Amino acid sequence: MAEKHKLLEVKGLTMDFGGLRAVDSVSLEVHEGEIAALIGPNGAGKTTFFNCVTGIYNPTKGDILLHPKGLPTRRLNGLKPNKVTEMGLARTFQNIRLFSDMTVLENVMIGRHCRTSAGIFRSIIRDKSVRREEQEIVESSYQLLKKVGLAEFANEFAKNLPYGAQRRLEIARAMATEPFLLLLDEPAAGMNPQETAELDQLICRISEEERIAILLIEHDMKLVMNISNPIYVMEYGKKIAEGSPQEIKDNPKVIEAYLGEETEEDA
Amino acid sequence: MDYFLELFLGGLTRGSIYALIALGYTMVYGIIQLINFAHGEIYMIGAFVALIVAGILTIYGFAGISVLVLAAIAAIIWACAYGYTLEKIAYRPLRGAPRLSPLISAIGMSIFLQNYVLLAQTSDFLPFPNLIPDFEFMEPVAHIIGSPELVILITTFVTMILLTLLIKKTKVGKAMRATQQDMSMARLVGINVDRIISLTFIIGSALAAIGGVLVASYIGQVNFYIGFLAGVKAFTAAVLGGIGSIPGAVLGGLVLGWTESFAAGYVSSDYEDVFAFGLLVLILILRPAGILGKARKQKV
Amino acid sequence: MLKDFKQSILISIWFVFLTFPLMAVRVNTTEQMVEWRWMTILWVAIGSFVLSYAWRYFLAKKQLKKKDDEEGGKHSKLQLLMEDMNFRYKAMGVLLVLALVFPLVFDTYQNTIMISALIYVVLGLGLNISVGLAGLLDLGYVAFFAVGAYSYALLNYHFDLGFWTILPVGGILGCLFGVVLGFPILRLRGDYLAIVTLGFGMIIKVVLENWSSFSFGPSGIANIDKPGLFGMDMNIDSSTIYIYYIMIALVVFTILITNRLKNSRIGRAWIALREDEIACVAMGIDMARTKLSAYALGAFWAGMVGVLFAAKTTFINPASFTFMESAIILSIVVLGGMGSILGVILGAFILILLPEYLRAFSEYRMLAFGAAMVLMMIFRPQGIISGIRTKYEYKELKEETDNG
Repeated sequence: MAEKHKLLEVKGLTMDFGGLRAVDSVSLEVHEGEIAALIGPNGAGKTTFFNCVTGIYNPTKGDILLHPKGLPTRRLNGLKPNKVTEMGLARTFQNIRLFSDMTVLENVMIGRHCRTSAGIFRSIIRDKSVRREEQEIVESSYQLLKKVGLAEFANEFAKNLPYGAQRRLEIARAMATEPFLLLLDEPAAGMNPQETAELDQLICRISEEERIAILLIEHDMKLVMNISNPIYVMEYGKKIAEGSPQEIKDNPKVIEAYLGEETEEDA
Repeated sequence: MDYFLELFLGGLTRGSIYALIALGYTMVYGIIQLINFAHGEIYMIGAFVALIVAGILTIYGFAGISVLVLAAIAAIIWACAYGYTLEKIAYRPLRGAPRLSPLISAIGMSIFLQNYVLLAQTSDFLPFPNLIPDFEFMEPVAHIIGSPELVILITTFVTMILLTLLIKKTKVGKAMRATQQDMSMARLVGINVDRIISLTFIIGSALAAIGGVLVASYIGQVNFYIGFLAGVKAFTAAVLGGIGSIPGAVLGGLVLGWTESFAAGYVSSDYEDVFAFGLLVLILILRPAGILGKARKQKV
Repeated sequence: MLKDFKQSILISIWFVFLTFPLMAVRVNTTEQMVEWRWMTILWVAIGSFVLSYAWRYFLAKKQLKKKDDEEGGKHSKLQLLMEDMNFRYKAMGVLLVLALVFPLVFDTYQNTIMISALIYVVLGLGLNISVGLAGLLDLGYVAFFAVGAYSYALLNYHFDLGFWTILPVGGILGCLFGVVLGFPILRLRGDYLAIVTLGFGMIIKVVLENWSSFSFGPSGIANIDKPGLFGMDMNIDSSTIYIYYIMIALVVFTILITNRLKNSRIGRAWIALREDEIACVAMGIDMARTKLSAYALGAFWAGMVGVLFAAKTTFINPASFTFMESAIILSIVVLGGMGSILGVILGAFILILLPEYLRAFSEYRMLAFGAAMVLMMIFRPQGIISGIRTKYEYKELKEETDNG
């Protein structure tokens, strides 16, 4: 197999909050077709890393480079989140951030916003092209709901969905922005084992069928072992290991980081 | 030079009153992130209660600064009662509601209280008896600063020191600071958060009442509408200094007072409000966290 | 039972204490008189006793409803009726006919009242765009109303320009003001935005009062032309009827456009922005632009209807553009239902017509508005009629699933 196309390249990313260094020169790469994972104990700086990549924070140092296929390379530092999303990088949130008073379908339709164009005047006139665009938004959003298994809830309010379904809705919403790289922030948090298994399947399906590369954050490393490769491990803002699941499992640093934490939890 | 000094001291007097009211905004905002829109009305109610008490006492033949003290005590008692009730009725049921809800409730409460006083009392300006005597020792500087100004400055100064001591030195103050930092954590360590919030409203109301009494006796009249503008100005002061920060509220009040005083003295008194709000807009654009405020990153 | 009773007695005593100085005493310091009003205190005691029961009852009911919602969520009958499209079209037809025959049945006085109610309908719908849909709390909305009214009054005075020329100009000027004011402040957080817009509202009023060479100061501008109709001379009655019809047309126009916007790509972005700003930008929505469009579009309607207001009253001065006006418009939106077009219309009629027709009650108008805003937020935050979410059709797919 030929060398896979590199999609995301993060070099020496550092983020300071006042005197606190939340992320300390972390480098990471995601290639086409990969399901990469970023794991680490709570407070390791994983979400901050995500927020830097997606434009919510402006990193103190380092480069975030995006290499879309067939397009020139773009540096993402300091870009607004909506620009990052437009470039093909979509995300979900650790603490679910759905539009709770909108319907499930509408939530996904919001994701179509940056791929459609009707402005104020065209929306008022509502000519044929706008109507066609609207219909396209509805249809494609509905298709996405079907893919994540939420079609039957299309007209429910997002806030009335069960927890696991809300997580899947976030994924559908992110996919609606037509990303080539999807960033999932603890997608399995709060799910029961069965829901987690379903989620694993969904993530694999997205990767295979939609040809979307995935970078996911997980707190619990057992969950990612089945589906992700490579895995990056962070602790106290620093990257402490990277490699295949097997390599990670055998890495003494990782074991220490996790065992250290588990004893704390037991106590 | 005298003119400058007069404006400076006028601004200081005005600013210290703004600061007194601004403290109430900032303390409430620090704890529950709510602009207590009705805070200006508490100030107005304080002034009104003082007027009523002072009015009764002067009619029955009392006079002088002791009447003012009695009126101020009554004003504080009732203002605190109103502040406490206000929080219980209009804000407590909305804890955890979307951000806009308590704000709209606060605006509603402000309108309600204004019209309540309007209907229960009158829409006219009522004259407030002149209770601050002219001190003899002030005569040499009377062209720059009058006795009422001196009383205002001393009172606000003492009040602020007491407040600082309360917050820094007492157990209650510690609990208040803890609640401000992290409400759920404070609850976990056994602080009765509801009581602390009530207490914050009560303290803020007391400060507003003191401000109300001072202004009423200084300007010499009271009206149901005085709380609105004073409230907005004081809020401006709180934002200027950095909302949530107690020294910020004092600083913001003084900056606002001086801005208005100098703008009125050197430019035009018609536009002093424009300067005040212009300053607010400018600060919010250039430094949204205010002069002493810390920018808080929203957690994602 | 006994516990409730005891609690209510305590609350009653508390309120007697609370309201005592303001309700029971009235001093007149100039005439050296004290008036004691013991009866009002009795009323306070009885009133607070009864109301405390109501308060507890509704609070308990709200708690119960919250549980219901979590278990499935039922809609009220009114809500279901409103969501029935068939019923809606019929109802709209009937209402339109009623609106059209109204001036033929009633006299000029009634028409004038109706016109002002309709003005508030448009103002409410305009503010609904920024507050109700996009969640931008604007407390200085009346400033844009003033912009419209003064642009007509001044252009009419200086250049003798007519109503129809200025009507769109007023809207566009309102919109421009919205953009200029909104641009620097829209990145502020919700409550800061509220206070800055409040400041803007006051600045505009102060400027209008003091810049006499421009705005004629507090005395205002009189003898503004009424709208013309092919140069016809009209008496008061017929010109009122004419303005009434213009107003009806404007309302229909507003409803049509706001409804289209609400159910468009832009409208959805507004609502999403209200719900969660961070998620919204992460989904690729340009926050600054979306906020600005909502703010400016809201201002557009205020500017436009301001022109009509000036033409209707033929006299304007800064006193018509106080914070109280902004507060009334805001309470229309809040009471009617934020984001709901039908609710806002209903809210405007209730809030403007009720005090007009219940004269005895009109003194208590603002008191009731204030109380209603608080009570609405606590017991029915979605308003009289909550925003109806559109159910989108996805036909092809249904067939697909039926076949498969």
